[in-house]
Amino acid sequence: MKILVCISKTPDTTAKIAFTDSNTKFDTNGVQWIINPSDEWYALVRAVELKEKDPSTVLHLISVGQADTDPIIRKALALGGDEAIRVNADSHDSFYIASQIAAVAKEGGYDLVFTGKETIDYNGSSIGGMVAELLDQPYIALATKFELNGVQASISREIEGGEEVAEVTLPLVLSASKGLAEQRIPNMKGIMGARTKPLKVVEPVAVDTLTTISSFGLPPAKAGVKLVDADNVDELVRLLHEEAKAI
Amino acid sequence: MSVLIFIDHAEEQIKKASLEAISYGVKIAQQTGTTAEGIVLGNLTDDLAVLGKYGVQKIHHAADANLDHLDAQQYTAAIAQLAQSINADVIVFSNNTTGKAIAPRLSAKLKAGLVSGAVALPDTTNGFTVKKNVFSGKAFANITITTPVKIIALSPNAYKIEEVGGSTELVTYTPTLAASKVKVISSTKASGEIPLAEAEIVVSGGRGLKGPENWGIVEDLAKVLHAGLACSRPVADAHWRPHNEHVGQTGGAIAPNLYIAIGISGAIQHLAGVNRSKVIVVINKDAEAPFFKAADYGIVGDAFEVVPKLTAAINKLKGA
Ligand SMILES: Cc1cc2nc3c(=O)[nH]c(=O)nc-3n(C[C@H](O)[C@H](O)[C@H](O)COP(=O)(O)OP(=O)(O)OC[C@H]3O[C@@H](n4cnc5c(N)ncnc54)[C@H](O)[C@@H]3O)c2cc1C
Ligand SMILES: Nc1ncnc2c1ncn2[C@@H]1O[C@H](COP(=O)(O)O)[C@@H](O)[C@H]1O
Repeated sequence: MKILVCISKTPDTTAKIAFTDSNTKFDTNGVQWIINPSDEWYALVRAVELKEKDPSTVLHLISVGQADTDPIIRKALALGGDEAIRVNADSHDSFYIASQIAAVAKEGGYDLVFTGKETIDYNGSSIGGMVAELLDQPYIALATKFELNGVQASISREIEGGEEVAEVTLPLVLSASKGLAEQRIPNMKGIMGARTKPLKVVEPVAVDTLTTISSFGLPPAKAGVKLVDADNVDELVRLLHEEAKAI
Repeated sequence: MSVLIFIDHAEEQIKKASLEAISYGVKIAQQTGTTAEGIVLGNLTDDLAVLGKYGVQKIHHAADANLDHLDAQQYTAAIAQLAQSINADVIVFSNNTTGKAIAPRLSAKLKAGLVSGAVALPDTTNGFTVKKNVFSGKAFANITITTPVKIIALSPNAYKIEEVGGSTELVTYTPTLAASKVKVISSTKASGEIPLAEAEIVVSGGRGLKGPENWGIVEDLAKVLHAGLACSRPVADAHWRPHNEHVGQTGGAIAPNLYIAIGISGAIQHLAGVNRSKVIVVINKDAEAPFFKAADYGIVGDAFEVVPKLTAAINKLKGA
């Protein structure tokens, strides 16, 4: 069994969001970087669990990014994985990133490719689906449970207001959502071990991008809260009905 | 040239998010002087002709039992074949769970640029630029699609359903499909539940409610408002509520007309998933709770006293 987990680097969830270069670039000044939560908490941990169950499993991590991504990759390796591959490129076009991942995945012949459900910065929830198409493999988006029985996977996925269980034969690509695994804290042994695990750097394949970011902006600020007395809920209902027209 | 809209359905009904996608696609067709056509996959007895009133001129329906369940690979193949045969240059999805499974695949297949989570109509004055949310609703980006064919996945609740009148021509569509590699074993839907992403009103509870046994007051309020239910992350982590109700930066992102937060402090990660709500009401016993800064209306008080009163007051309004 060979598993590839896609890891992306995102600003910490409390990072201040601001832009520079006349609103065309994210201002990285003072930003702390983390592993994108759904990649770390769900995709990676589930893959590590699969390897724990079957130690013959080969587990690789991949990230498309520049050298400043290495600390994030090491953090991910501290949770598990045999080695990591960094595709040395910088792009925010989903198709470009997916093409890099697909090229490595094709070459490595993985049975499973796991992505997170969505990055918390660019919010594409696109890369898994694109990788699956480029590999011509089935894709299960928003997986909440994953069980393996030989080459047969049983996967639960989110649907609007419910859940669906599907059976899929490997190889496949999935995007990991909440429920797939429980968040783990890396231990000392993992952190020490991660330092010496191989981190291979490969150059990107040539691909055209399909989109470009023209500009960023911030939403307008709220006007301020109108407080209503706790003994006067009728007034809140009146405001919601007559003023806000929300009920 | 035409706009092709993917029309998603469940339990014999067109999803509300797809009606929004239809209205959005029809508007783009009007703006660019082309026609709007729809594609429906899988069996559906609902009368598709009624969709004419939203301005969609033609609907291609593949009533194939193989397409009754979502297999992203097959759906993508079916949509791609049609898009090519009708020469569609804009393809519209809802960015719901189905859209997230197919739109990116189609983008890679057709080498057509995708903007997922769009919140406004494209700006075509200088290229083709679509506004979407980034940084989990804390900012937006204008993304320019540079390919001849464009794909847009519209955020649920971001575009108003509009009846423009008209009729639609129904045609049978027969895509060429390979055997499916995905076998759906079961589908469970919480009965009577309003899908969170589609809900116009959402009632949400946090750790201030103390325990799952206290959710009755939240559910009662949701019921009188026909609202969806949500919760903060620690509530889902503690299994007080199911994971799919978790909203925030690492949970679902929602944009209802009204969001009522009960016993939630309003941490930045929570706000990130709900700050696109049009109206926010906060009920918290702590006047210093950060959520009040992001709210439109608020009550400083004990949820266990305020919420039942609020439910009663809304009942009174609805009864009147
Ligand atoms: C990486 C990361 C990602 C995260 N992602 C998310 C996310 O997606 N979504 C999310 O929600 N959180 C997220 N969090 C957690 C977030 O930081 C907060 O810890 C969480 O939102 C707090 O939940 P809460 O408001 O329910 O609980 P608390 O912070 O404990 O707040 C409870 C509130 O209830 C009030 N209260 C208590 N009793 C009553 C009463 N009787 N009546 C009325 N009010 C009462 C209190 O005054 C308080 O304000 C994330 C954190 C991290 C580090
Ligand atoms: N630069 C990247 N390198 C590796 N994986 C990535 C990268 N960007 C995104 N991913 C993966 O794709 C998932 C979805 O990303 P997105 O489509 O951008 O929301 C993420 O959760 C990651 O698992």
